Amino acid sequence: MISLAGRDIMHAWGKFVFTGLGLGLLIGVTLSMAGIYRGMIDDAKVLLDNSGADLWVVQKDTLGPYAEPSSVYEDTWRGIRSMPGVARVANVTYLTMQVREGQRDVRAMVTGITAGRPGTPGWPPYLVAGRQITRGHYEAVADIAAGFKLGDSLQIRRNHYTVVGLTRRMVSSGGDPMVFIPLKDAQEAQFLKDNEAIRQQRRRTASNSMFNPPGAPGLLEAVIASQSTNPFVNAVLVQMKSGYSAEDVAGSIRRWKHLTVYTRGQMEEILVGKLIATSAKQIGMFLAILSIVSAAIVAFIIYTLTLGKIREIAVLKLIGTRNRTIASMIMQQAVALGIIGFVVGKITATLFMAPIFPKYVLLEPLDSVRGFFVVVAICLLSSLIAIRAALKVDPAEAIGG
Amino acid sequence: MAGNGIRIQGVRKRYGSGDTAVEALKKVDMQVAPGEVVGLIGPSGSGKTTLLKCLGAVIEPTAGRMILGDEVIYDDGWKVRDLRALRRDKIGFIFQAPYLIPFLDVTDNVALLPMLAGKPNAHSRKRAMELFHPLDVQHRARAMPSQLSGGEQQRVAIARGLVNRPPVILADEPTAPLDSERALAVIRILNDMARKFETAIIVVTHDEKIIPTFKRIYHIRDGVTYEEAGEGRGFE
Ligand SMILES: Nc1ncnc2c1ncn2[C@@H]1O[C@H](COP(=O)(O)OP(=O)(O)OP(=O)(O)O)[C@@H](O)[C@H]1O
Ligand SMILES: [Mg+2]
Repeated sequence: MISLAGRDIMHAWGKFVFTGLGLGLLIGVTLSMAGIYRGMIDDAKVLLDNSGADLWVVQKDTLGPYAEPSSVYEDTWRGIRSMPGVARVANVTYLTMQVREGQRDVRAMVTGITAGRPGTPGWPPYLVAGRQITRGHYEAVADIAAGFKLGDSLQIRRNHYTVVGLTRRMVSSGGDPMVFIPLKDAQEAQFLKDNEAIRQQRRRTASNSMFNPPGAPGLLEAVIASQSTNPFVNAVLVQMKSGYSAEDVAGSIRRWKHLTVYTRGQMEEILVGKLIATSAKQIGMFLAILSIVSAAIVAFIIYTLTLGKIREIAVLKLIGTRNRTIASMIMQQAVALGIIGFVVGKITATLFMAPIFPKYVLLEPLDSVRGFFVVVAICLLSSLIAIRAALKVDPAEAIGG
Repeated sequence: MAGNGIRIQGVRKRYGSGDTAVEALKKVDMQVAPGEVVGLIGPSGSGKTTLLKCLGAVIEPTAGRMILGDEVIYDDGWKVRDLRALRRDKIGFIFQAPYLIPFLDVTDNVALLPMLAGKPNAHSRKRAMELFHPLDVQHRARAMPSQLSGGEQQRVAIARGLVNRPPVILADEPTAPLDSERALAVIRILNDMARKFETAIIVVTHDEKIIPTFKRIYHIRDGVTYEEAGEGRGFE
């Protein structure tokens, strides 16, 4: 037996190729959407990996520092460092804001890191150019996704920073590139008020007789000084010694310090399960809609192609072709369309779509395999309408009137 | 098997029921021997197509018998189980238009029938080719139907009707689109094939050009058949 579906496709290859191309673009978009979702999860994991932390110590009962605001006193780390199992600790601040370079504004996650050596928690683990921050102020290491170059001068709030190093794949869970600056500068940036606000606050404090009692001349100055510095950080990152269980160490920090502590696994759950959950749902909706649109296209095309062959189908039935043979011919054509579409989609997603998206698009092979089976299943389902029409054709129609 | 050709007796066909019922065939009797070509003629609405559909096993008569070779096909409402296989193996169809499958080449259009019956591809193609020489389309064996002239297409359609060596061939206005020379050529081929393969051939026609060629003609009027001797000249 010859393949009727194959012969028909060869005969009408133009129709199949063009429909396959259109379908392929849709499938490409679908694969890219899935890739964006995977990219978001991967970004989150990379963010956690690159922080170099095993434990995140945050304000009690918050989901900080990435999913909720959190502040802990900047000297909390001292107490934590002396606990058993703790190797290194470092303060860190995160603040998503606009960073200005010349005429350009870039949304970035400004990260304050403590002074120290490379490998300190919070530090970018490797650079693609330049060097790490060595001075206590006004130096920055930026992710190349921000588009800054070595030597660029960045304005964060009122201060200017020189880019001394560049990283790669250091982005927030929202996809914003990270810009690392010294912790002190970052604390100030989080807290900084404009000059007028500072003057106002001084005036209010001075006019409060509790802070400015007669006979205690130093008190007002001390209060004002404490008001204009920021003694908080967003989290303390903890690296553990090997041989200790993260849960045990986290437990003892929680008991001693009245803080909330997350392990790596819990942090991942917060980022993936909570922070990007809405985006994931949105992408899920897109995937559902795109699947429906693809199904409608395949159904429509296969149905039209089949209606165009009603006469031939009647003749085939009259000369004794089984219904099964005709149904499988239509199904094979639908699947062929799906395969052409998938190949085109995979190529466009990989070569043309993924590279131009601003967000990281991670095309996982397993997703492609899944996508392939979904496409084939959709095509099979969509061919049912056409098959129904074909099976209803009466062989007597071939004889005519 | 080919010994008896096709015979129908007292065939009736009613479409619909109640007030709207149409008695398309009232009393049809016909017998065509192997190797014989008979004409079936009648005015519009007389029941020709209905009869052809009954003979072709695509609709069932309401009553009456049909015997093909020595096999009873219908008997007063009873019918053989697999009409589809019967059509495939025992009945050849030739239509007014050739109705070739546009995505198969000439050879496979014809070879498709033995293939559908489960014969190997090579064997099926060989059987198709054997018919191309007598039908004078051997030089077009690998062409697509759209590349053939109307007459060539019709000859390929005849080859398709013959390829399974059916005991009966039903031809529905096979010469309508052809000029008189070609129409007569088609009838000559049908006569040759009928003799060569011991086939009973029934030709439904209005075509004045070919009516004189039949030795026997069935007239049908208001669903009733009348047999008549034809002039039968031309092919002796
Ligand atoms: N499916 C049907 N349902 C009801 N009545 C039908 C059906 N098919 C045919 N008829 C009726 O049966 C009668 C015979 O029709 P048939 O098609 O056999 O005529 P015909 O001889 O082929 O005519 P023509 O030369 O015009 O094609 C007509 O009165 C027609 O209206
Ligand atoms: Mg008719």
